[in-house]
Amino acid sequence: MKKKLKIKKQKIAGEIPPPVLEQHPARRLKVQDNINTDYVISGRYKFRIQDPKELSKHIFEDIDPEFALRVKKGDILVAGENFGCGSSREQAPQSLKTAGFYAVAAKSFARIFYRNAFNIGLLLVECNTGFIDDGDALELDIDKGKLKDVSKGLSFDTKPIPNVMRKLLEDGGVIEHFKKHGGFKFE
Amino acid sequence: MGRTIAEKILSDHCGKDVRAGDIAICDVDFCFGQDGTSSIIIDSFKKLGLKQVFDKSKFTMVIDHSAPSPNIGVSEIHKKMRGFAKTFDLNMYDIGCGVCHQIIPQYGHVTCGDLVLGADSHTCTYGAINVFSTGVGSTDIAITLAGGKNWFRVPETIRVIVKGKLPAGVYSKDIILHIAKDLGANGATYKSVEFYGETISSLSVDARLTISNMAVEIGAKAGIMEADDKVLKWVAARSKRPAKPVRADIDARYVVVKEYDVSKLSPQVAKPHAVDNVSNVGELLDAKIDQAFLGTCTNGRYEDLEIAARILKRNKVHPGVKFIVAPASREIFLEASKKGLIDIFVESGAMVVSPGCGPCVGTHNGVLADGEVAISTANRNFKGRMGNPNSFIYLASPATVAASAIRGKISDPREYRKRLV
Repeated sequence: MKKKLKIKKQKIAGEIPPPVLEQHPARRLKVQDNINTDYVISGRYKFRIQDPKELSKHIFEDIDPEFALRVKKGDILVAGENFGCGSSREQAPQSLKTAGFYAVAAKSFARIFYRNAFNIGLLLVECNTGFIDDGDALELDIDKGKLKDVSKGLSFDTKPIPNVMRKLLEDGGVIEHFKKHGGFKFE
Repeated sequence: MGRTIAEKILSDHCGKDVRAGDIAICDVDFCFGQDGTSSIIIDSFKKLGLKQVFDKSKFTMVIDHSAPSPNIGVSEIHKKMRGFAKTFDLNMYDIGCGVCHQIIPQYGHVTCGDLVLGADSHTCTYGAINVFSTGVGSTDIAITLAGGKNWFRVPETIRVIVKGKLPAGVYSKDIILHIAKDLGANGATYKSVEFYGETISSLSVDARLTISNMAVEIGAKAGIMEADDKVLKWVAARSKRPAKPVRADIDARYVVVKEYDVSKLSPQVAKPHAVDNVSNVGELLDAKIDQAFLGTCTNGRYEDLEIAARILKRNKVHPGVKFIVAPASREIFLEASKKGLIDIFVESGAMVVSPGCGPCVGTHNGVLADGEVAISTANRNFKGRMGNPNSFIYLASPATVAASAIRGKISDPREYRKRLV
């Protein structure tokens, strides 16, 4: 499935209106930095539960048992430095995607998680997330490289998404990319 | 400008000169999955509609994380892996063979100068034998199975120099915990780390594997060492493929150069719940423990078992402690058995479990109760890692873990120094 990345544009005769961006509620954990993939989804569930939907009910259970219940489709998960460090489990980004997250915004990501997320078609953005609180309304414009906290009236520059990642995301993940092009096609 | 080991290995595998920051599509020499990641490899392989693996000799699966299976869910994963291996006539290491990161170099699947991908974050272990190896997710392995290639961003490199003679009772595990404390869990994210220095040269290949194994705990993509005579001999005794040792150029570009003098280093202990939350053992003495664990891809090798056995010989495990030992492979188990180490463990009151990851991942072999404290030779002490979010994990060397198991509290192995020299 293709991920919608383009800004929704409304056409009104005679003038160019500003693009309308969807608003996404921010979801933030008490822990900020170094949230590892064991915290995203514990090893004890990863081995026991195969169904992604069932698995996604247990995200962040070890650090915030109520968190999964608060997640709604379209939320943006907000974190600090080194999000997704530790184990290479692909169930981590998959559970976040299945739980309904539109994207994850963090100051930085660990590399295996970063790669896995784009491989399965989960959008990640790197920017200063320090001022964003749980529940803030966020607008994300990856074409312009902006994350706006509408609730606070603040706007943050997001680090450009590498072309490789963008291409994978546009195609709906690396499997779809591979099937579509018969291999890697980044140019 | 010269090139780093990462730049050279990735250039060699994509057929052009690539430098830090470049994207390269490279030929992969070997790739694999374990029982925590292979199920999704198989699913992704099917989604890709693949009829076969690009090269059977370049892939394996290892059942190590929950072996033997503790529940129906895991048993189904193991069955699925066996079925996949049978259908496509693939090599597989079943229950009892050991931990993937021990088996893969031990059976000679990798050699100096190789480019290796594994669906396990500690794949960086083989850096110690001059391999550019890195962890990826399951789908990246499935993609690699399609055509033997994957894409890489060429990493920047940090040069780490370790100097000084290690004091008695202090080991390579203490070195890497010390480096983790200094650089932090985020200290080398996306980067390759090259380890140099007289201390590294003095270490055995087993001890070096411990250091490269934990490179990912500082965020690194790889933790590479040069191939000296010890490594070339070690590899030649195991791999049929010719070694292609790779050295960095003298004028290679490093983003950071760090130097450590370990001549006065104390045994190091990582405290709950982060690997970079490290103290000298002296600051933690008398912290009571309920469980001790010797094993894993970090410290389950013969040399690790031998150090622990020297400390445990004619001693008893503290009555309040469950001491679990998991040799990293069947061969290590056999050698330990022949040399009498297993007898020492069992006589001391320890439990020796089947070769594999043991209780490290929290699925079996010693899940902690609420409030319990473990000291482990593993590489991660995240909250809940050993199966219970209400328990506490300390990480240390095999010597520190063995000394602590005897005393029932975190202890300094240098108190047994006469046994260690």
